[in-house]
Amino acid sequence: MSVRMSEVAVGDLLPELSVPLTRADLVRYAGASGDFNPIHWNERFATEVGLPDVIAHGMLTMAVAGRLISRWTGDPGAILHYGVRFTRPVVVPDDGTGALVEVTGKIATKNDDGTVKVNITARSADQGVLGGATAIVRLPE
Amino acid sequence: MPLDQSFIGREYPPTEPYEVGREKIREFATAIKDDSPLYRDTDAAKAAGYPDVIAPPTFAVILSMAAHDVIVEDPQLGLDYGRVVHGQQEFTHHRPIRAGDRLVTVVHVDDVKARAGNDFLTVRAEIVTVAGEPVCTAKSMLVARGTADEEAS
Repeated sequence: MSVRMSEVAVGDLLPELSVPLTRADLVRYAGASGDFNPIHWNERFATEVGLPDVIAHGMLTMAVAGRLISRWTGDPGAILHYGVRFTRPVVVPDDGTGALVEVTGKIATKNDDGTVKVNITARSADQGVLGGATAIVRLPE
Repeated sequence: MPLDQSFIGREYPPTEPYEVGREKIREFATAIKDDSPLYRDTDAAKAAGYPDVIAPPTFAVILSMAAHDVIVEDPQLGLDYGRVVHGQQEFTHHRPIRAGDRLVTVVHVDDVKARAGNDFLTVRAEIVTVAGEPVCTAKSMLVARGTADEEAS
């Protein structure tokens, strides 16, 4: 199930991923991560500090976008480097539907050391939510 | 007021050891909706060449954020945490974190700057085992909005 270096080429697209996020997911992530900032669960607090509504933890957005890579390789331990900029928040309304994070990826480089660099795009509500998101992944030959 | 640039280069004492638990990894993996068996099934992890279940690539944030508190709560630095948003994050994994690891974190202030009315604080968490084996380098850029001068935000 794992992808091999010989099977991939620069420009290849990774299988797309769509991850729904609801308020319940944010509460679960708050508990698991220890980040209890009220902007992630309290609408009154979020709007008081100028946000449109409750927003997902940036780190939750980063984590679900990273699933694109772990699912593709079959081995999350193959991710040697993963970095993102948080450009826009994922707004999660309390409407029974929540938000959808849509993730795509493209192989940017194949390196001599047995790694590839993947450029990742994550969008929610038709807007990019991560900038400069890249992962360096070691692939078997 | 802009943050004190003399903090650049500062290093804080190591944290108490954090013991990585199998159930904590499972809880975190479920919270990020990642169903990989390598987070949950020791046999699957061993078949993939690991001594035990491994943690997701962003699990290190639990350690790095806890370790950052010493900086963001340092009264000398005077960061207004109510205005802080996460600007950037990167993880360099020297090897995957796994169940049973006992990890200590040392945080460093890599950069402090003010731009367009915002304060930018770049902190680096070096996560190593109690025996000194490097495991992960987590670099975070925190932005305090509108604290470097007057700005409505």
